[in-house]
Amino acid sequence: MSKNLKVDQARFQLLLRLGDNALILGHRLSEWSADAPALEEDIALTNVALDLIGHARLWLAAAGQAEGQGRSEDDLAYLRDVRDWRNLHLVELPNGDFARTMVRQFFFDSYHLLLLEGLACGRDTEIAGIAGKVVKEVRYHLRHSSNWVIRLGDGTEESHARMQQALDDCAPCVPELFEADQIYLDLESLSIVPEIHLLKSEWEHQVSGVLAEATLQMPEILSAHTGGRQGLHSEYLGYILAEMQFLQRAYPGASW
Amino acid sequence: MPMTTQAQVLELLDSVADPEIPTLSINDLGIIRDVEVHGTGQDIHVVITITPTYSGCPATSVIEADIRDVIGRAGIQNVSVKNRLQPAWTTDWITDRGRQRLLEAGISPPACCASHPLPDDTDVVCPYCQSHNTQVLSRFGSAPCKALWRCSDCLEPFDYFKPH
Repeated sequence: MSKNLKVDQARFQLLLRLGDNALILGHRLSEWSADAPALEEDIALTNVALDLIGHARLWLAAAGQAEGQGRSEDDLAYLRDVRDWRNLHLVELPNGDFARTMVRQFFFDSYHLLLLEGLACGRDTEIAGIAGKVVKEVRYHLRHSSNWVIRLGDGTEESHARMQQALDDCAPCVPELFEADQIYLDLESLSIVPEIHLLKSEWEHQVSGVLAEATLQMPEILSAHTGGRQGLHSEYLGYILAEMQFLQRAYPGASW
Repeated sequence: MPMTTQAQVLELLDSVADPEIPTLSINDLGIIRDVEVHGTGQDIHVVITITPTYSGCPATSVIEADIRDVIGRAGIQNVSVKNRLQPAWTTDWITDRGRQRLLEAGISPPACCASHPLPDDTDVVCPYCQSHNTQVLSRFGSAPCKALWRCSDCLEPFDYFKPH
């Protein structure tokens, strides 16, 4: 395989990973619409969802162009089956209670922000351009989720217990964030993505700081859920796609 | 129009309102990056480059359609609207007239320069009584660009345009 072709395919995979994470988490958050514990939070979660779905559009449109097969952002969002999705297990975890949603969001936002900051300084100008735009929105997301982790962790006995349980629920999805396959390592050697070991150590440093303030303990990770980037997902993703893709599957090409 | 200049196109664009905040024109919002006018008479082709605001903002596609509509009604059918993401849009690009119009519409303009990553928003002004004694109610509001605040003096809640 020629070097350029290999880079094109690696870029395509990276763009899918970024787009799929944003779209699936955006979809998950949108499930809170009209169902959040307070009106302000309903508005917050759906605003974050809207940002993420906007990010997914940018990434998936770029992915379609990188692939060069004429697939649009909508084709990639609505016409791929489970094994072709490249998102992390963390983002497909069900919402659970508000504590679970906030821990999931906090873990993801912390990772997302560091990744985007790295991409924004990377050598790929198209990817850096999109990252430089969306990173501003993600910084705001992290502020929101960090505040809730601290407020609920260092809150009542009930909120503390729920947050500790949520950490137990989300922790097995953490190792996958920092797995670097050959695609990632190739992009890392081209200075397109941030170095994975720096991403990991910075994430651990920042997350442990917030958890300490929240009087919460990061659980020991005994088992890890991984494989999302290779298309190996939990059963949850199938249900998300069934709901998200129904219209385009039932009425192909439908538009308004 | 026999001769169309960049300035005339910009003037036309001044009548395109932000659909979420109609008191602002897209010029006020600071999203117009470039206007190119190619050719003359029947062959005229206008290329407008804009920087979108928030990634998920539904207003973006409406703005593009409104631009085509306004330029089209001036007799120019060949219009291209391009997006430029870099550098990313910032509220620092909202014009002074835009800030004034926001205040008049009951929306407090960004209190500080957005280049600081997490502005503290300590000096948000109430658009009704001009008090600076204000507090945040919700960091997210009715549109991606807004948060909800309240004045501690006149007690009115108001929208705050977040520094971004």
